[in-house]
Amino acid sequence: MTHALKTDNSDALIRDKALWMRQQAMKMVYAKQLGHLGGDFSAIDVLATLYFGVLRYDTARPEWAERDRFVMSKGHATGALYTALCAAGYFPEDWLDTYMGHHSKLNGHPNRQYLPGVETNTGPLGHGFPVALGIAISGQITGADYRTYVLTGDGEQQEGSNWEAAMTAGSRKVKNLTLIIDRNRLQQGARTEDTNGLDPLDDKYRAFGWHVVEIDGHDYAQLLDTLGAPVADREKPLCVIANTVKGKGVSFMEDQAKWHHGVPNAEQFAQAMKELV
Amino acid sequence: MAVAAATTAPMFDCRKAWAETLEQLAASDERIVVVVNDSVGSSNLGGFQTRFPDRTINVGIAEQNMVGVAAGLANGGRIPFVSAASCFLTARAMEQIKADVAYAGFNVKLVGQSSGIAYGELGATHHSIEDFAWLRTLGPITVIAPCDAWETAEAVKWAAVHEGPVYLRLSRMKVPTLDLPGRTFTPGKAEVHRSGTDVTIIANGTTVHLAIEAAETLAAEGVSARVLNMHTISPLDTDAVTAAAKETGAIVTVEEALDRGGLGGAVAECTSATHPVPLQRVGFPGFMPTGSIASLFEEFGLSREGIASAARIAIRRKGA
Ligand SMILES: Cc1ncc(C[n+]2csc(CCOP(=O)(O)OP(=O)(O)O)c2C)c(N)n1
Ligand SMILES: [Mg+2]
Repeated sequence: MTHALKTDNSDALIRDKALWMRQQAMKMVYAKQLGHLGGDFSAIDVLATLYFGVLRYDTARPEWAERDRFVMSKGHATGALYTALCAAGYFPEDWLDTYMGHHSKLNGHPNRQYLPGVETNTGPLGHGFPVALGIAISGQITGADYRTYVLTGDGEQQEGSNWEAAMTAGSRKVKNLTLIIDRNRLQQGARTEDTNGLDPLDDKYRAFGWHVVEIDGHDYAQLLDTLGAPVADREKPLCVIANTVKGKGVSFMEDQAKWHHGVPNAEQFAQAMKELV
Repeated sequence: MAVAAATTAPMFDCRKAWAETLEQLAASDERIVVVVNDSVGSSNLGGFQTRFPDRTINVGIAEQNMVGVAAGLANGGRIPFVSAASCFLTARAMEQIKADVAYAGFNVKLVGQSSGIAYGELGATHHSIEDFAWLRTLGPITVIAPCDAWETAEAVKWAAVHEGPVYLRLSRMKVPTLDLPGRTFTPGKAEVHRSGTDVTIIANGTTVHLAIEAAETLAAEGVSARVLNMHTISPLDTDAVTAAAKETGAIVTVEEALDRGGLGGAVAECTSATHPVPLQRVGFPGFMPTGSIASLFEEFGLSREGIASAARIAIRRKGA
């Protein structure tokens, strides 16, 4: 299946896919009693938009040289990434049932040698962005027209490796690179601003030589417009600060630090599935 | 998560011993501070943070910064305990550990939490099985892997008063408390858990109780196995290793770590220089596949039967 440009129907398609992804991620994490639902749910609308309205790819040819690249730097959010890759058609639905099982390809953090569609292994925070930058520079050198997208957490931005990559991308004007920051304002144990404050994040990226756009990371129209904007129209790399809600979609999980890696009991699972409609 | 279904003794998570001991020490020594990477909860330091907010330095998700800051705090006269998941602490901040702590010689205590494969299904990025090989090459750092809650508390107390860098490799895996009459903790000195004459099993951390179980299995077959708890892997107790080689003629090492470069590697370096004997190394061969702690321990022979079988092989190789 090949996806390319946005259509008149994109909004509705993305909405459907995002709902399905949330339902599946909830089932996987409940069944395994392991996972990172908070960060899955803040990112799912971004991933659904990318895979069903922005990225150019062919699941039959995962190594296709011209594919757009998406790098999931916040690798703990496998509930978002695996359901997106499955929805896109990279692997059959029954693989989701093996999530974190013995010798499963669906490891707790993504492994490119286990699964098609995974561009690089992530899990330790602060790795995906430099790798994505390398992918983008490769395209710049060869004149390939693929685009590279990378999603990091906001807490993840505390890792210095991101700022080394930001400086290089700004300095080299790597305009085919888009960084999306999942700005849910929570990290593992507390709020980002109570831990090691990031604000003003937009000014920081501007100072590093980037275009910066701030959007609602759950609004499909804004996501489609921003992430689908033609690379030719800009001279600098693009940083999209996506304001999101951790745990988005399940009332009792929203904006709660404990749902970073909290797992639902039977009652919470039933309640969550009732809300995910 | 328990690793040995066969064990019926009560099992304890050593994180409680770590946190309570540190809090007690900090109450009487105000130089003690903790440095963490968004790891207050995973390090069990919620209580410490509430009691000593000014002495809790959370640098966020930034391990290189964390270890560099700790070196600076030591320069300023503090006694920093850096506490983070050992995978990120050692892999991410390795150069800071080498240059700012070991080479510069600062009095920093590195505390690796959830080491080995405690993160199970989260995979190889989150496992810390290379750390023995990396850390024991840095001479100034004392490397200790406690085997139970009692030894964890003793090691924390020792680290607090010792002048010099220490790596405490802690686990959150549940283990039984091992009983020895008149037990004392002496860094650099192996603890004899069982005497024996046919083979010596040298283990540390979460595998010591499994080594004792294996020795019981071997005893039932008429094989006399010595069991040493090598809690300190650097500096190594070369006297105990050499004595084991001379007196039992075969050695098995067991560690929740890579089977190269760690405890087994250290023992091989020692015996090859003093008294070469057959040596079987039980550990992990490389990056682990997806799986639970229990299933991976079983699959890679970190079990009563896996260790006993390595011992049988080591004994068979004598004189070969
Ligand atoms: C280098 C590194 N340090 C620590 C961790 C442990 N960890 C996993 S997720 C997480 C919090 C991430 O917060 P954020 O980037 O904001 O992600 P999100 O809120 O989207 O889940 C932490 C500290 C890690 N995976 N990698
Ligand atoms: Mg966040």
